[in-house]
Amino acid sequence: MASWPLLSLVTFVPLAGVLAILVLRGAEADIARNARWIALWTSLLDLALAIAVWANFDPSRADFQMLEESAWLPDFNITYRMGVDGLSLFFVLLSSFLTPLCIISSWVAVRQRVREYMIAFLVLETLMVGTFCALDLFLFYMFFEGVLIPMFLIIGVWGGPRRVYSAFKFFLYTLLGSVLMLLAIITIYYQTGSSDIREALAFDFPPQLQTWLWLAFLASFAVKMPMWPVHTWLPDAHVEAPTAGSVILAGVLLKMGGYGFVRFSLPMFPIASQNLAPLIFALSVMAIIYTSLVALAQDDMKKLIAYSSVAHMGFVTMGIFSVTSEGLQGAMIQMLSHGVVSAALFLVVGVVYDRMHTREIARYGGVADVMPKYAAVFMVFMLASAGLPGTSGFVGEFLSLIGTFQVNTWTAFLATTGMILGAAYMLYLYRRVIFGKAVKPDVLAMPDLSLREVAIFAPMIAVVLWMGVYPVSFLRPMQPSIANLIERVQSAERAHATKLAVAP
Amino acid sequence: MIPVFPIPDFMPALPEMFLGCAAMALLLLGVHQGDRAAREILWLSVGALIIALALVLAPLARHGPAREVSMFGMFVTDGFGAYAKVLVLLGAAFSLVIALSYNDRHGIARPEYPVLVLLGTAGMMMMISANDLIALYLALELQSLSLYVLASFARDSEQSTEAGLKYFVLGALASGMLLYGASLVYGFAGSTNFDTLAKLFADGGTASIGLVIGIVFIAVGLAFKCSAVPFHMWTPDVYEGAPTPVTAFFSVAPKTAAIVLFVRVMVGPFGGLLIEWRQVIWFIAVASMILGALAAINQHNIKRLMAYSSIGHVGYALIGLAAGSAAGVRGILVYMAIYLFMNIGTFGVILCMKRDGRMVEEISDLAGLSRTRPALALALAIFMFSMAGIPPLAGFFAKIYVFLAAIDAGLYSLAVIGVLASVVGAYYYIRIVKLMYFDEPVSAGYDRPIGREMQAVLVIAAVVILFFFAYPGPVVDGADQVAAALFAG
Repeated sequence: MASWPLLSLVTFVPLAGVLAILVLRGAEADIARNARWIALWTSLLDLALAIAVWANFDPSRADFQMLEESAWLPDFNITYRMGVDGLSLFFVLLSSFLTPLCIISSWVAVRQRVREYMIAFLVLETLMVGTFCALDLFLFYMFFEGVLIPMFLIIGVWGGPRRVYSAFKFFLYTLLGSVLMLLAIITIYYQTGSSDIREALAFDFPPQLQTWLWLAFLASFAVKMPMWPVHTWLPDAHVEAPTAGSVILAGVLLKMGGYGFVRFSLPMFPIASQNLAPLIFALSVMAIIYTSLVALAQDDMKKLIAYSSVAHMGFVTMGIFSVTSEGLQGAMIQMLSHGVVSAALFLVVGVVYDRMHTREIARYGGVADVMPKYAAVFMVFMLASAGLPGTSGFVGEFLSLIGTFQVNTWTAFLATTGMILGAAYMLYLYRRVIFGKAVKPDVLAMPDLSLREVAIFAPMIAVVLWMGVYPVSFLRPMQPSIANLIERVQSAERAHATKLAVAP
Repeated sequence: MIPVFPIPDFMPALPEMFLGCAAMALLLLGVHQGDRAAREILWLSVGALIIALALVLAPLARHGPAREVSMFGMFVTDGFGAYAKVLVLLGAAFSLVIALSYNDRHGIARPEYPVLVLLGTAGMMMMISANDLIALYLALELQSLSLYVLASFARDSEQSTEAGLKYFVLGALASGMLLYGASLVYGFAGSTNFDTLAKLFADGGTASIGLVIGIVFIAVGLAFKCSAVPFHMWTPDVYEGAPTPVTAFFSVAPKTAAIVLFVRVMVGPFGGLLIEWRQVIWFIAVASMILGALAAINQHNIKRLMAYSSIGHVGYALIGLAAGSAAGVRGILVYMAIYLFMNIGTFGVILCMKRDGRMVEEISDLAGLSRTRPALALALAIFMFSMAGIPPLAGFFAKIYVFLAAIDAGLYSLAVIGVLASVVGAYYYIRIVKLMYFDEPVSAGYDRPIGREMQAVLVIAAVVILFFFAYPGPVVDGADQVAAALFAG
């Protein structure tokens, strides 16, 4: 298996599905049916390939594995270069895990332009997986930025009533952040003489330059993540996107920001990261407390979950920039957990939305009476989101709080209040939707989960519990890489400190 | 004593001379055959352009892109020129092909049309090869006069004649400025020859104030020809008024030639004075990018929108000139190469926008195109995302190479303004995608079928733009080599 270009396969297999869907001919209904099946099988094949990547991964190594290289622009030292390490491995898995679920969840909900819809999702999958596998700065940027095109179309074509506004806001906000990162990437390229990410990771940039580059990367990742105060595109995009679009948005696209911080900002600019960590802590705490309070006041289910995403991402940024082993592991687990849990919550909302075509919380109530299975599923994810021990959410939040506590007690203290608020808004949501007496006629008419919907949620519940009960299987592969990362940051700081001490 | 005139070596100018002769021959044929041979003459002209392309490439294949100066120092052939000539010839050929059915339908299918395009193209090629201010002026005028006539080619249309007249008056003004600048340079430096001037300023010493004014006047004339802000006023009117295939031609071939000439003049004779003219170019680039991005937002007519879009693109290309380095010139060449395909493709789609035999130019008319004409909508979406510079499409690479040059030259503020303007610009490009994909169709859609030659051009352009990332080698490496050679010589 090792001789196969496994990472290229896992990245580009979805494009083969796109080609197959493109050549479909026949009646509209036949095309739609075939497009669905092709998309499903392609994404399942891709999941199998991603699992093969995991199986081939050597968890004891800290460096990049399954390297692939081929010439792209040899005159410029820009190469097609792929590889994974402990930090990126699980994001590849997450992307390929969520895509088939998205396709199944849109099976009946999407009736218009099914062919284009499936193509958009498969292209999106290629770009997402590519972002996490790329080991060349320009290649990374191409995947990272290319995501905008399918997502723009998904929100704009299959979205809700204000979809045009949301699609534009999403596109322009993200683009604005990313172009500054592009300039930073070009600067790195000239500094190191290569666009190889590994070389850039080992390069010591001058401290002054580090700050500028760090800020440019922040502009991109903070928007993507999203961090307070540049999060305002997220509620709009989430609310208007179709269910599966929200799933990918919350599940994977937000993680690109966090991945960017771990992969680039921290190891490439350790001194700037150290100096500017208080800024991140302040923004994280703001995000956790402020957006939790905002979430508490929402009437729209999707908007509530969107704001809760911003709060959860606050834990991630906080954990990352604590630069402790616990903090980073917590941030990674939190990202993976949020990737599954928030994705699942959007699917949960999608289930009732498909039946009642409203996301307004007040229109529901007493759903437990008519949909017991649904209520149970909702409860698992609601509790995971609130960080109940035994679920993945707890592991992530707890570890990142431990990590932050070692560095900055006040930040940890304030962030902990976010956990309480998190429990508050999730339970409040659950009470309003699920409990109470079912009196509204349209609520009474809702059928419980179908087999297809159970098939979507079962693997997600399994992953949430697995990650909560035995997180070691996820932590072990990333530990060497995280240790390596911390060592890199600390040695750079020591070197900088000695230089400062020597200087008069 | 009888003065002896040595016979110059004409071989380096073979493509230009061939094109000139072909234009004459086709003109004779056209006069003899009349309008009914218009179609054949157009195809013959495309053939002539392709032969000229082969003549440009043939010496390259034989002995590489060596620099050669001939005709008493008036005419230079080098790799840089060859690269640009290929672009100009391709642009001219593509815009002739997409003009075919339009001209037929709008009663402007006359043999003079392709002949004028050929003459203009010959002028552009001579501009690219100019090595003397006099040669530059002559070539520029040959080009400009052909273009003035082309702009007013639909002589029964008020808009078209107005466009031609406006273009002529303002163009003549710009030519005057350029000539004035050239005479100032001659007066203060004592030569019009680029090589002599380059030697004179090689040490980069202080230039006299008269010389600087001369250079600025030349820059003004050239900025006008490539429609850079603040000399862009003619562009929207001419683009809107001229027949659409002529606009397509204007937006690619003369623009490429003018920018390449800009580079030739600035980094050639005045390369040593980079400090003196960099701020001028810096300003022109910034103003073009910002105006191109902002002014396009409110346009309703797609040709006007493309005019502002082209102004913006010139701004990006000029970033490369402001860098004043080999990397910058490489960026410009790559930019123009990609711009050529994006623009030809977009204008191809615009030429397909006709209902009941009449052209439709309102942007709002594109609403719901993805329902009525999915393939056409997909092609236009590809071009629009590419123009906005979104990876992995080719337009992203166009931008990245000029920004590479800007960062390399330390022009950080220029690069930051550039990327921010590109975000603003992205708005109006994706607005077109929004119309096509998010909105409901307003009408039954456009006339079918579109001509086979048009389909071919659209497919070629879309494939080049979409798959450029997979194999950027030839375009980028070629530009890299010729740009390096330009600075080595």
